[in-house]
Amino acid sequence: MADKLTRADVERIASLARLDLSDKELDLFVHQLGDILTHAERLQQVDTSGVAPTAHIAVPSALAPLREDQPVPSLDRDLVLSQAPDADRAKGLLKVPRVLGS
Amino acid sequence: MSIAYGVAEIRAAVADGRVSAVDLCRQALTAIDRLNDKLHAFHTVAADRALDRAAAADSQRTRPDKPLLGVPIAVKDNLCTAGVTTTAGSRLLRDYVPPYDATVIQRLDRAGAIIVGKTNCDEFAMGSSTEHSAFGPTRNPWSPDRTPGGSSGGSAAAVAAGLVPLALGSDTGGSIRQPAALCGVIGLKPTYGRVSRYGLVAFASSLDQIGPFARSARDAALLLNVIAGHDPMDATTATVPVPDYAAALTGDLDGVRIGVPRHLLEEGVDPDVASAFESGLGLLIGAGATIVDVKLPHAAMGIPVYYLVAPAEASSNLARFDGVRYGARVPAPSVREMYERTREDGFGAEVKRRIMIGTYVLSAGYYDAYYLKAQQIRTLIRRDYDEAFAQVDLVAFPTSPTPAFRLGERTEDPMQMYLSDVFTVGAPLAGLPAISVPSGLTPSRLPVGLQLTARPFDEATLLRAADAVERRATWWRERPPIFAAS
Repeated sequence: MADKLTRADVERIASLARLDLSDKELDLFVHQLGDILTHAERLQQVDTSGVAPTAHIAVPSALAPLREDQPVPSLDRDLVLSQAPDADRAKGLLKVPRVLGS
Repeated sequence: MSIAYGVAEIRAAVADGRVSAVDLCRQALTAIDRLNDKLHAFHTVAADRALDRAAAADSQRTRPDKPLLGVPIAVKDNLCTAGVTTTAGSRLLRDYVPPYDATVIQRLDRAGAIIVGKTNCDEFAMGSSTEHSAFGPTRNPWSPDRTPGGSSGGSAAAVAAGLVPLALGSDTGGSIRQPAALCGVIGLKPTYGRVSRYGLVAFASSLDQIGPFARSARDAALLLNVIAGHDPMDATTATVPVPDYAAALTGDLDGVRIGVPRHLLEEGVDPDVASAFESGLGLLIGAGATIVDVKLPHAAMGIPVYYLVAPAEASSNLARFDGVRYGARVPAPSVREMYERTREDGFGAEVKRRIMIGTYVLSAGYYDAYYLKAQQIRTLIRRDYDEAFAQVDLVAFPTSPTPAFRLGERTEDPMQMYLSDVFTVGAPLAGLPAISVPSGLTPSRLPVGLQLTARPFDEATLLRAADAVERRATWWRERPPIFAAS
């Protein structure tokens, strides 16, 4: 199945995962992620033709009535903003670096 | 009356006025003060909050609707506590103070339990030794140069060392049961859907469950009764009625059939673990259980399935840690660089590894070969259990293939650490409840755990079996040398 994991693969995954990995980490992960994926190769020994995947475990909640579609209080905005790394609490805004034109 | 007693005795003594909740709380805080430097079981001690709540509890001591009134409890630091730092073992959340309580925290408060602090854990519950905590490892009370297991190692160590009678942990691939085994206490992972995860820092949402640590089956039963049940804030909680778990503790196992998958035990199990497992089975037989052979043909695929499915879900869940709404931020000129530097600086090596694996197996071109394949084999693992439970009421095997390993022994080789979970990943993959029950000590006095798995929502039979072992085990009352309470 998959070819051996390369350093370019690891750089591409890090970019997708929004991780600014150091050179040392990139080198380490080529080796360690390769080991983990090699271990996972044994899954290919199992015949799964016609087997439905399990994405989650269905929980018996048929008796649970949906709640009334009425507004209920949510978390206090100022309290939530107090945990933000950067916010304008008076205006109720989270602040981030420039998104466009950067 | 001391915190070394069982929860029912403590509760009765509070009701009678033989002990105050404040006194019990001070006992726990004193024990923590004395031993936490050695063990690092707690990351945060919430002394003021606990003493305030204990004082309030003392004015309600005869209230029948407060089953845990005055009982000190520790909670894993990935459970949100309003006003109390919740780090999930991560540098990124080192200063995070949640604006709300997890449902289990609300239920503990309502039941009168006194939360004394937050316990150390592997970062975002990813690990089997607590060595992946950003704040340093927890040590095993039985042998301080060894791991307590993980990821809920702080909770297991706190109960084993007598700092508190009860604790909560979370279990995704074994994070309650494995540390319970390595520390010699009871640890129960409930059925998927039994306990609300609202306010649990999410790791892998198709697997995560919250559950109790205790020194006796009765104590675990009392705690499970408080936290179990439907919650409108978690759509994955079931509406299945919650039984009186303590009432299930009959002391016998008459008519109970227990399956042992002998084919899983042929290799890779430490001889001392195998021997303690057999003596545990002997006690189950002595209580009236019948042992039969069962097969779990796909159990050997549990580790590769789990270590693809859980990281895939984690890579998605941990996308929320981006330096925008909460947690630490590393400033940068653009938002993308801010994300990348914040996450690089905030996450530890194990979390990055899992995010990387998860991102890889979900990425275009690899999804079918890894993630879909793992999900299909997850179905086969579930079917194996369905077939076993057509013949038996419980399935038994050891919780961990080895007793507690030395700190540092497995940190350099992630795959070696992952293999610690070979016996614990099956139950969460199948959504089933499972318990680790103390099953004796090795000749070098390290605890061994026996694991029992049951049908969905049959936690009562798990606790009944644990209680039956407890009543017959000569070693049950043995404590680690540094045991605090007396």
